[in-house]
Amino acid sequence: MPAPEQRRIIFKHIDEPGYTNDIGCYLRNGGYEVLKKAVARKPEELIDEVKKSGLRGRGGAGFPCGVKWGLVDRKSGKPIYLIVNADESEPGTFKDRYIMHQDPHQLIEGTMISCFANNVKQAYIYIRGEMPHGARILEKAIAEARAANFVGPNILGTGYSCEIFVHRGAGAYICGEETGLIESLEGKRANPRIKPPYFPAVLGLYQCPTIVNNVETLCHVKYIAEHGGAEYAKIGTPGNTGTRIFCVSGHVQRPGYYEFPAGTITMGQLLNEVCGGPLPGRKFKAVIPGGSSAKILRFGERFKGKRKVGTELVDYDWGVEDVPMDFDSLGMIGTMGGSGGVIVMDDTVNMVEALANINAFYSHESCGQCTPCREGSLWMKKITSRMVHGQARNDDAALLKSVADQIPGRTICAFGEACSWPTQSFIAKFGDEFKQYPETKKTAKPVDAVALV
Amino acid sequence: MIAPAKPDLVTVNIDGQEIAVPKGTNVIEAARLVNVDVPHYCYHPKLSVVGNCRMCLIEMGMPAVDPATKAPIMDPATGKQKINWIPRPQIGCGTNVSPGLHVKTTSPMVKDAREGVMEFLLINHPLDCPICDQAGECKLQEQATGYGRGYSRFVEQKNVKPKRTQLGPRVTLDDERCILCSRCIRFSKEIAKDDVLGFVDRGSYSTLTCYPGKKLENNYSLNTVDICPVGALTSTDFRFKMRVWFLKQTNAIDTESSVGANTVVWSREGTIYRITPRRNDEVNDTWLADSARVLYKVVKAADRLAATETIEALVARAAALFKSAPGAIAVVGSGRSTLEEHFLTRHLANALKASAQLVSRVGQGDKLLISADRNPNVRGALVTGLIKTLPTQQLTDLAAQIDAGKIKVVVAINEDLSAAGLTAAQLAKVAIVYLGAHANATSAAAKVVFPTLTVFEKSGTLVNQQFRIQKTLKAVPAAAGATDDLVVLSLLVAAAGGATLPAELASLWKVIAAEVPALATMSFANLPETGLVLDATPFAALPFVEGETLHYKPAQPAVAAATA
Repeated sequence: MPAPEQRRIIFKHIDEPGYTNDIGCYLRNGGYEVLKKAVARKPEELIDEVKKSGLRGRGGAGFPCGVKWGLVDRKSGKPIYLIVNADESEPGTFKDRYIMHQDPHQLIEGTMISCFANNVKQAYIYIRGEMPHGARILEKAIAEARAANFVGPNILGTGYSCEIFVHRGAGAYICGEETGLIESLEGKRANPRIKPPYFPAVLGLYQCPTIVNNVETLCHVKYIAEHGGAEYAKIGTPGNTGTRIFCVSGHVQRPGYYEFPAGTITMGQLLNEVCGGPLPGRKFKAVIPGGSSAKILRFGERFKGKRKVGTELVDYDWGVEDVPMDFDSLGMIGTMGGSGGVIVMDDTVNMVEALANINAFYSHESCGQCTPCREGSLWMKKITSRMVHGQARNDDAALLKSVADQIPGRTICAFGEACSWPTQSFIAKFGDEFKQYPETKKTAKPVDAVALV
Repeated sequence: MIAPAKPDLVTVNIDGQEIAVPKGTNVIEAARLVNVDVPHYCYHPKLSVVGNCRMCLIEMGMPAVDPATKAPIMDPATGKQKINWIPRPQIGCGTNVSPGLHVKTTSPMVKDAREGVMEFLLINHPLDCPICDQAGECKLQEQATGYGRGYSRFVEQKNVKPKRTQLGPRVTLDDERCILCSRCIRFSKEIAKDDVLGFVDRGSYSTLTCYPGKKLENNYSLNTVDICPVGALTSTDFRFKMRVWFLKQTNAIDTESSVGANTVVWSREGTIYRITPRRNDEVNDTWLADSARVLYKVVKAADRLAATETIEALVARAAALFKSAPGAIAVVGSGRSTLEEHFLTRHLANALKASAQLVSRVGQGDKLLISADRNPNVRGALVTGLIKTLPTQQLTDLAAQIDAGKIKVVVAINEDLSAAGLTAAQLAKVAIVYLGAHANATSAAAKVVFPTLTVFEKSGTLVNQQFRIQKTLKAVPAAAGATDDLVVLSLLVAAAGGATLPAELASLWKVIAAEVPALATMSFANLPETGLVLDATPFAALPFVEGETLHYKPAQPAVAAATA
């Protein structure tokens, strides 16, 4: 089956020749027209549209956006804050950066519509510390939007006022976790908060109800406000509405970002047709479908079971290539759609070394609050880097698995899962390579091999 | 006593035991009530909950109800309502009870979670228990025994962190032992209001440290040592002095102010090594000021008095002085004496037909555990009837009476009269009978000196600012050549022609209970550990100097400290 056509609704203007990130260009392309119409509507209507759209958050967890907005405590009398999570840090993910760099006004318009819908008077864009250029672009774009009365006091004469501030992180992955982000925004260490009681919808920023949405999610809200929730829900598949952006990196002919209606494309179509297949003379070996914390898939493995199609249960028997790239299908086969960062590895990659790299990242990024994640992530890193750089032992794989099993489900935030799933899945699927690694190591590496972490 | 308002109760099931607990109780505290121990490190009952150590993970479930009808779903096997167990373990510290909550603390999931956390905590821990001061009272050590695997699977290099860091004048930090529970940080911020501690670096390399340029030097810094569950924070004073399991614990009271913080005095073979707080939720919670922890140094002070004569000879000389000046005798008691001593002092003053007074000590209250009244037991003197009005800082009236020749003999109990404003000439003009533990200008000028005991060498009761009567017990034997104040006082009462009163506490309390209506139903032995609150209404009109402190609000606006 040939791959479907890309459908770019969020990335419509990304890399478009002549398209610039200033407000003039945005306005020439119909910019802020949606906001103008939105502020004339009732906020509740906009929330209903988002609920109808079935939009799921694009930050990684895929939580329904309408439900998230519905949980906000609107009776407390406290101000409601909206935070744009622009701390895009998951290895393999690079979609939000393109939006901010090339089409920042799309984000600002989506943010303002969401703020209006939720009666938010103050929004923050929390941008990753390593994106100084993006922060500058956003600052400039907000200034332009403010000058044009799309942001700030009395927006478009409606009497509704809302400010947006850009806040730069200091360079920590954990700031992408929403409660960690809130702590960081409050000026503290980004230690995620315990839930209960600190659900952002009730006790978020400054202990006020807070909505935290991903950059891409808010751009989808703009599209929903423009076309209506019902219309949006027709894109993609039931339960996985709208489009998904895939950031493909690694060993394919044409890495990059691709936007497709959710659930319409399979892994095989994406990698072989859209991305041009493996590099010459190589074979695909493994793929991580949703950012480095998602569980890895091994080419050649089969997934069998029953799934719901409409109201019926049907059998499925998929290879990695056959898996539809949506939240639910990927969840069914034991991994996740996550942030859409598809990391491809071919047969030149040794899985022990790949895991050593991932473990080094997660041990460096653990905030250090919860014991299992703090100690477990570094222990796993110490084991894999010893395997790579020192003495690899036969029973290291079993130890790694046992350590990884002691982490997930026992921590305050999802970092426990994020840091242990790679180890769990690498060992489950490539246990043979871990066993053979003491032997593999004896073979000399090619002279041009990349230095290992 | 006022009965506490009945709180809303919630019935929960912990390991099969049903118990009703107040709403808002967390699972750790609820479990404690049914004698189920939920191990934990970061949770502390008096600090905010952060839930970061993950040691208190428990399995939790709620009774199942039909989502549509809200009718309970029954389990046919047991005939009881089905329990929906949550598949992930939950933290006991951060989970408050809700009606019908079911908790398992012994299930395989819980056991596995605890063992996992325990192993993780130990991999980077130096395991230097043989040289660690915390050994013997270390939560890590205790829980490693309970939940550790007994051998290590960790073959990598341990993290290296700073050792022997002086966080302040009294606290030494070993970062390698730290398990990053953040209790000390929360204490400094929430209780001591001196937010100087924090973590730097990330992950397993996180390191506890003091804010650059600051020190942990507030008067509550040693509480961080108490609440540190491991040997990371140690008391510089106590460090390497003694193994805790050799120490005897004696319950006592902090005598530095009228707060009456509850303490434990730790001693061995007659030597006190340290003082730590004892929990009393109505008085000091679990805290104690640093200044209260060095008071024990008075026991072995160089200026301790020791008798060179027998007690009989001393009493005979005092009796002669009493006879020499009938009607011209004054008694100066001390706000630091125990209630029992106040009682005997009153009898002595009555037998001598003398006036009795105390000397007040007033300082700045710190709004926490040190009040403005630095005498621990002025209210004890009021309750026993030794005094009727509050003491002054200067004995102006007494000085005038000495100058006028109306007073010829002064019995001074534990008070330096020169510090209370009497001149050397005035001291020389009268014959002084002095009772006290330490040498001072008054003991030097005295005709008869009875060396007596420090508070650590005797038992008795003190009445704090809340009119709470509390027991302080003898921790170490009396110093050589010193006699119990009660013995001296009862001998003096007899010598002055008064009644024969017992010097032994149990018998003395029978007399006290008979004579003092406010104490009528009490006895020394039956006084609860946390004390008893006496009726304060007879003294409501007195202008007490205390301002607000922890668990105390003055009944009336505090009067500015009288400087007399």
